[in-house]
Amino acid sequence: MRGQVSSLVARRLIIALITLVIVSFAVFFATTLLPGDTATILLGQSATPEAVEGLRKAMHLDDPAIIRFLRWIAGLVQGDFGKSYANNVPVATLISGRFVNTMKLAGLTAVIAVPLALTLGITAAMWRGTLYDRIVTVGTIGIISVPEFMIATLAVLLFAVYLKWLPALSLTNEVKSLHDLVRIYAMPVMTLTFGVSAQMIRMTRAAVVETLNTPYVEMALLKGASRPRLVLRHALPNALGPIINAVALSLSYLLGGVIIVETIFNYPGVAKLMVDAVSTRDLPLIQTCAMIFCLGYLALITAADIIAVLSNPRLR
Amino acid sequence: MTNPTSSGRLSMRLGYRFNLVGMSALGIILLWAGIALFAPQIIPHSVGEIVDTDYFGPVSRDLWFGSDYLGRDIFSRILMGARYTLGISLAAVSIACFSGVALGMTAAVAGGWFDSMLSRFLDALNSIPSKLFGLVVVAAVGSSIPALIATLSVIYTPGAYRFARALAVNVNTMDFMVVARIRGERLPYLIASEILPNILGPVLADLGLRFVFIVLLLSGLSFLGLGVQPPYADWGALVRENIGGLPFGAPAVIFPSLAIASLTISVNLLIDNLPSRIRDRSAE
Repeated sequence: MRGQVSSLVARRLIIALITLVIVSFAVFFATTLLPGDTATILLGQSATPEAVEGLRKAMHLDDPAIIRFLRWIAGLVQGDFGKSYANNVPVATLISGRFVNTMKLAGLTAVIAVPLALTLGITAAMWRGTLYDRIVTVGTIGIISVPEFMIATLAVLLFAVYLKWLPALSLTNEVKSLHDLVRIYAMPVMTLTFGVSAQMIRMTRAAVVETLNTPYVEMALLKGASRPRLVLRHALPNALGPIINAVALSLSYLLGGVIIVETIFNYPGVAKLMVDAVSTRDLPLIQTCAMIFCLGYLALITAADIIAVLSNPRLR
Repeated sequence: MTNPTSSGRLSMRLGYRFNLVGMSALGIILLWAGIALFAPQIIPHSVGEIVDTDYFGPVSRDLWFGSDYLGRDIFSRILMGARYTLGISLAAVSIACFSGVALGMTAAVAGGWFDSMLSRFLDALNSIPSKLFGLVVVAAVGSSIPALIATLSVIYTPGAYRFARALAVNVNTMDFMVVARIRGERLPYLIASEILPNILGPVLADLGLRFVFIVLLLSGLSFLGLGVQPPYADWGALVRENIGGLPFGAPAVIFPSLAIASLTISVNLLIDNLPSRIRDRSAE
C-alpha cells in the first residue's frame, strides 16, 4: 500500500511540473504579445535605425520566439532573471528585498488567519443551525462577495479617518519599535485576513459538517456524548485531511489579495512592483513577478492535493 | 443531529424565509439590469458635467450621492457605470460559460486523448491566479473594452469547463446515452439533446457564481487602473478616481463600492436560495 501512496504523490508532482511548463509558456507568450518593438522603446523615438538594429542583435530579439523562450527558461533555472528595461538594474536585485516584504505580509496574515478561521469554522459546524452559525455563514458570504479594495477602503475609513488609530499608508522603512510595526501592518494584514479567513471558514465548516453526517458520529450521539466532545473527539480527527486541504487552498487566495492590498496601502512588496511594471510595460520584471506568483500558487495547490491523498486512510 | 420533526420544521420555516431573501435578491439584480439598460434616460445630470463648485461634496437633495473629485454628480456616474460593469461582465460570462460548457460536454462524450489533452491544458490555465492572469494579459493587449471581455472570458473558461465536464461525465454513463449511441446519433446531437438538458440547472447556477467572480475581477482591474479607461468608468474605476477623497470620508468613494457589493451579494444570495430542484443535481 505504501507504494501506492508514493506513486500517487509522484504523479501529483509530475502534473505540477507539466503545469508549470505550460504556465511559463503562457506567461512568456502573453508578454511577448506586447505591441511595439522593445529595442525602439528602450532607445526612444530619436534613435537611429542602426542603433536599433544593433540593440536587437545584442538582445537576440530577431531569434524565433521558441528560442527566446528556451533561453529565458534556462536563465530562470540558473537564477538569471534578466535586467529591468526601466532602469537597467538586474531583476533579481529589484525583487529580493520586495520578496521578503511580501513574505512578511503573507506570513503574518497566515499566522493570524489560520487559527481564527479554524476556530470559527469548527465552532460554526459544532453549533450548526444556531444563530451563531447563521451569523458566521452570512458574514463569510458577505465578505467573499465584495472586492478586496472595498474591505480595505472601509478599514481605512473606520480606523484611520474616523477613529484615527492607524496611518492610512504603509511605509516599512520607518519601523523602530513594536508599536510602529503594529501600526504599519495592522491594516494590510487585517484586510487580507478578512478575505482569507472567509474562504477558510466556509471550507472548514463544510468539511466538519460532512463528517458530522456520518453514522459513527450518530452512534457517538446516541451513546450520549456532548456536542463539543462529539465534534472534537469523534469528527475532527477524520475531518483533519479536508481541513488542511482547505487551509492550503485558502492561502492561495493570499496571492490575489496581496496585489490589491499592496497597491492600496502603498506597501513595497512584489505585487506592487508588478503592478508598477505593468504600467511601465517592463517585460522582464513582469515575467519574473508573474512566475513567482504562479510558482507560489501552484505549490499551495499541489500541497493541498498531496495532503488530500496522504490523509485518506484507505490509501495508507 | 436534532430530532427529525424539529429539524424538518426548521428547514421548512427557513425555506420560506430564504425564498423571501431570494426574491429580494432577484429584485435588486433586476433593478440594476433595468438601470443599466435605461441609464442615459434616467440620470439626473450629465456624467461629464461639473455640477458642484466643491469637490468630494456631501450627500444633498440635489446630488444624492455627493460629488466626485471634479465636482461631478456621483449618482449619475454610478448609474452609467452600471452599463460597463454589468455589460462587460455579462458578455464575458456568456462567452466563458458557452465555450467552457461546450468544450466540457464534448470532452466528456468524446473522451480519449482529446479529453485528457484539453483537461490538462485548461487545468494548467486554471492554476494561474486570476488577478495575475488579468494583469499580464492587460499589459500585453491593452485595456480596450473588447480586450477586457476577451481576457475575462479566457480566464473563466477553464473553471466552467471543469464544472460542466464533471456533470457531463456522470450523465454520459446513463442508459439513455448508451441507447442514443447504439441508435447511431452523432456527437452534436448527443451533446445538445441528451447531455445539455440534464445539466442545465447546475450550469446556470454556476454561470451566476462565475458572473460574481468576473464582476469582482473587473472591478479589481479597474481599481488598479488597468480595466475600463477614462472617459468611461465602471464601478471599480469610480472607486479609483475618487480614492483621494478617502481621508475626508467622501461619499464618492463609498457609494460605488456599495453598488458592487449590492450586486454581487444579491447574485450570491439568489443562487444560494434557488429551489434545490435546480441546484442539487450538481455532480461534485
